[in-house]
Amino acid sequence: MRALLSANAELVITIVKIALLLFIVLTVNAYLTWFERKVVAHIQSRWGPHRVGPHGLLQPLADGLKFLFKEDPTPAGVDKFVYYLAPLLALTLALTSIAIIPFGPAPIHLFGHDIYLGIAPLNLNIGILALFAITSLGVYGVALAGWSSNSKYPLFGGLRSSAQMISYELALTMSVVGVLLMAGSFNLRDIIDAQAHHPERGLFGWNVWRQILGFFCFFVAAIAETNRVPFDLPEAEQELVGGFHTEYASFKFAMFFIAEYTSMITVSCLCTIMFFGGWLSPFPASWTFTHYLPSVILIPFGLWVIMDGLRYETVFGRIILPGAGTALTLLGLALIVLPQFNNFIQAPFWFLSKVLIFLFVYVWMRGTLPRFRYDQLMAFGWKLLLPVSIVNVILTSFAILAKMQWSAK
Amino acid sequence: MTTPLIVFFVLAALAVVGAVSLILQKHPIHSALSLIVVMVALAGLYLLMGAEFVAAVQIIVYGGAIMVLFVFVIMLLNAGVEEHTSLSKMAGPPGLLLVLALAGFVAATVARSGASVQATTQTGALSSTKGISEMVFKDFVYPFELTSFLILVAILGATVLAQREKT
Repeated sequence: MRALLSANAELVITIVKIALLLFIVLTVNAYLTWFERKVVAHIQSRWGPHRVGPHGLLQPLADGLKFLFKEDPTPAGVDKFVYYLAPLLALTLALTSIAIIPFGPAPIHLFGHDIYLGIAPLNLNIGILALFAITSLGVYGVALAGWSSNSKYPLFGGLRSSAQMISYELALTMSVVGVLLMAGSFNLRDIIDAQAHHPERGLFGWNVWRQILGFFCFFVAAIAETNRVPFDLPEAEQELVGGFHTEYASFKFAMFFIAEYTSMITVSCLCTIMFFGGWLSPFPASWTFTHYLPSVILIPFGLWVIMDGLRYETVFGRIILPGAGTALTLLGLALIVLPQFNNFIQAPFWFLSKVLIFLFVYVWMRGTLPRFRYDQLMAFGWKLLLPVSIVNVILTSFAILAKMQWSAK
Repeated sequence: MTTPLIVFFVLAALAVVGAVSLILQKHPIHSALSLIVVMVALAGLYLLMGAEFVAAVQIIVYGGAIMVLFVFVIMLLNAGVEEHTSLSKMAGPPGLLLVLALAGFVAATVARSGASVQATTQTGALSSTKGISEMVFKDFVYPFELTSFLILVAILGATVLAQREKT
């Protein structure tokens, strides 16, 4: 057993990593729905979920159980094979795409192996292309669901999404070319390293300043690719009932739901990596005192969770919340005491913080922006985003060429 | 049997099954789905040869863009199960003969070349993105530009045809 384990160490590590990441992503997904409902509720002066558990924290669990136990009817006249294939395809591709994302630069030393954060191998030289390849297949889940349901509203939803994704994929791919030219690589790790050339500049070394046009195009196109407000035409409730997933119930519907939220996470990670320096700290490298920022956030938050939990009389409120609060506080203290651990945590801390900010922006937009009309959506994609991203590519190439000539002199 | 060889045979079988199913399926959408399987299997084969860039582009362009367009058109036209006329049924036997001839020709060529299946898993000049770009933009820059010119002409032609229909 031991020999087998050590012979296939890489394989075992990868499988464990996959299981762990899957667990984390699905949990984050569940709490993303809670986060979204809470934020949108507060934007609209409501309370949001607050009945199931303190602050409605157990609501995702209740929703999950509900999805599992609902009746799962298959409508008459559907194309059975494609009808079952569609949600599977959507979910699998969405979850696969997150495997490409690296979460931190430094490895963890465990059992004599260097374990890097992220599933893909370090030298995945087609990183960003592999990601685009997976997301470009993601449209089939939506399109086939619409077609196979044998119902007119889902069909409209499927058609709209196919057209939308074809239109915006071009702009999405063109908008990152500027970043790729500056990094000189498709590898996501190289792209982040290329933004770390001037550690004393902190956040002003990130790509977003020099690639502001590219970032604008990328973000808009990415929202359209994930079918979120204001580009959620495939599931426009007022016109299409539920859009492509009208005829899906129970867990098949939940699979579409999870796929959508997972692609939101992937896009947020990608925005962070391409334009916001990935795991790089926004502060200049000489400001070492900013390394205590995770502790400064964790300890008061942990204490607040303990205080808040004690107000409740339920088991979850009285025991689990204070327990979690104590764990967070201890983690914050451990970060102060153990400098090595603190150094390691910096990169994942900044990465996750940035991703969280992007997820908030997603939800924020959903709470504030109205939906585009269909012709506006098409005109926006083809007449504004695509030309602007092409201009961005040309400008970036000339800038790089000019810089090369200048430094050669 | 080494692992790459097993993966090769799995992908090759997938590609062949997909191709056969593409022809035999009754419904256009099912045929399109089979074609997607073929494209993805081919991408896997390229990956096995170490041509990462070509594999990714294969999926993005063929698996993603072109096949989405196919599926879109089939859905938009709401194409049903295809009808068999007597002429299309007559095309069967000669088609089978042609397939056999082609397969025999390919098999003969493979057998004569003497290279083993193992050789297909070797990395070539196409492996790196840099190698491809040097080939396309230095060695074969004129054929490449000529091809893009041809595609441009085709786009213009399509636009002209679409415009005429509108008026």
